[in-house]
Amino acid sequence: MIKKANIDSKIDHRVFKIALIFIMFIITLIIGISYGSLKINIIDVFKAIFFESDGLNHNIIFNVRLPRNLVAAMVGINLALSGVTLQGVMNNPLASPGLIGISSGAGFMAFVIMILFPDYAYLVPIGAFLGAISTSFLIYLLAYKQGVSAIRLILSGVAVSAFIGAGINILMTFYPDKVSGGLSFMIGGLSGKTWPDFASIWPYTLIGSVLCVLLSNQINLLQLGDEVAIGLGLNVEKIRRIFIIFASFLAASAVSVAGLLGFVGLIVPHITRLIIGSDYRYLYPATIGVGAITLVGCDLIARILFDPVELPVGIIMAVLGAPFFLYLLREKK
Amino acid sequence: MLIKANNLTIAYDNKEVVHNVDINVNKGEIITIVGPNGSGKTTVLKALTRIIKCKKGEIFLEGKEIKKIKDNKIAKKIAILPQTRNTPKDFNVETLVRYGRFPHTNWQGKLSKEDKDIIDWAIRKTGMSHFRKSKLTKLSGGERQRAWIAMALAQKTEIIVLDEPTTFLDLSHQLEVLELIKDLNKSENVTILMVLHDLNQAIRYSTRLYVMEKGKVIAKGNPEEIISSKLLNDIFNVNADFYEDKRHECNHFIPYKIERKIHDRRNIE
Repeated sequence: MIKKANIDSKIDHRVFKIALIFIMFIITLIIGISYGSLKINIIDVFKAIFFESDGLNHNIIFNVRLPRNLVAAMVGINLALSGVTLQGVMNNPLASPGLIGISSGAGFMAFVIMILFPDYAYLVPIGAFLGAISTSFLIYLLAYKQGVSAIRLILSGVAVSAFIGAGINILMTFYPDKVSGGLSFMIGGLSGKTWPDFASIWPYTLIGSVLCVLLSNQINLLQLGDEVAIGLGLNVEKIRRIFIIFASFLAASAVSVAGLLGFVGLIVPHITRLIIGSDYRYLYPATIGVGAITLVGCDLIARILFDPVELPVGIIMAVLGAPFFLYLLREKK
Repeated sequence: MLIKANNLTIAYDNKEVVHNVDINVNKGEIITIVGPNGSGKTTVLKALTRIIKCKKGEIFLEGKEIKKIKDNKIAKKIAILPQTRNTPKDFNVETLVRYGRFPHTNWQGKLSKEDKDIIDWAIRKTGMSHFRKSKLTKLSGGERQRAWIAMALAQKTEIIVLDEPTTFLDLSHQLEVLELIKDLNKSENVTILMVLHDLNQAIRYSTRLYVMEKGKVIAKGNPEEIISSKLLNDIFNVNADFYEDKRHECNHFIPYKIERKIHDRRNIE
């Protein structure tokens, strides 16, 4: 009986950490909504959201800051979930959405539309989404040979991304004057995101989060190696395919809204892993929280740091997140 | 008969590496496949445990064709300890052993009282009680191997398949692991199918041997009878003096390199 308590004690401790992460997320979200060029106190924030239907506060909060912060949270969640999933199914710490062609595919389509068909700039999100999905599909097919091994997928991803990168560079070389639009997509940012963007991303976040958490016990096994996982009765090939599809839809939905935010998908999973360990039953929920906190928090900083000039959130994330990650990495050992 | 494999032919990229191999495993046996490097031992093991597919041939598990059995059902009958495996940094012994219960639990992996008792039992049985909360990466090679065996044991299967369980271990840990395997076979009636490199160990611990060379089984049966000077000469290009190991009541040989092959090489050069 003592031993039984032993088995369970560690679980509670991690549940506690997850609860803390989500409380921090709520706090970050509230701060994110109340701070900005115009500081609005928390009571007014609640009033503006729930009671007012007009007025300056209502307009700023409800039409600008609330949707933007929610979009930030969803983008953060989707990219982080995608990254942590890919790291799990490939059993490789360097895996990220960029690896399965999400970045190159989305970036290429964004450039094509912005440079060759500037009149259709409003199609960039859907184009980027399709570019991302079809590139990751192509990479999967190219890597397929009696099943997909992690290493073959990674190398196919590198090769296809290099090829598509050449396409982007060709466009940039021939149309140097039109590069700026595409460039802002490459850097990524949340400027001007509002309800329609929210509407296009939340279904992915919801479905992705639920499925990831439901299947967390299966991805756990892949961490022990394919052969061990097969021995434990897991259909490795099928599970890997399902998770790669999840990961590409999650990341594609995020980049189509916010551009290429490379950092989140790679580093947030590692930060979360250092906090909570690598059991996906806990890692998944924690990643959802940390991904959301990271993007909402960094977007807040990006907005207020050089106010009224707004920095792209991707820059803040890299400048703050990378040293923080390195700090965690060294502290833990 | 637990496992019956007929006429297995296995190919990597259309290159056949195993040709028409038959293997039978009976309940309660310790079966060892031996042979030189590249003879196809591990490949056969992988095929029997459906890690790789066969080009030809059929495998039956308790009389039923293995292709027609669900993954999860097979995992309740056969536990595998492959050579290639990954050890997550933050896993401790208990975390690893819990995964042995995967085929028996639902999709959430929630452990019942029985599951927890079996985990306790597997940890105790492998002598890992003191290391229960130790990180796998902090253990010695021998201890880590025992932890993995505990995971396989927690699967509660009829048969455990081990691919070179003693490789990379020092002498005392090799003996420890082999004694553990023998004990599991005797006291828990677990059938063992494994690949070993050390022929003397194979003779001492196995009830039956399969000797492979160049993708074929060239000898099988009682270790005492089939491991002979001639066989060692034919397959490993060594001669050997045989002695009787009175303590273990089995044969033991000391090999010495024969000159003939060196001459052969000179001739080629």
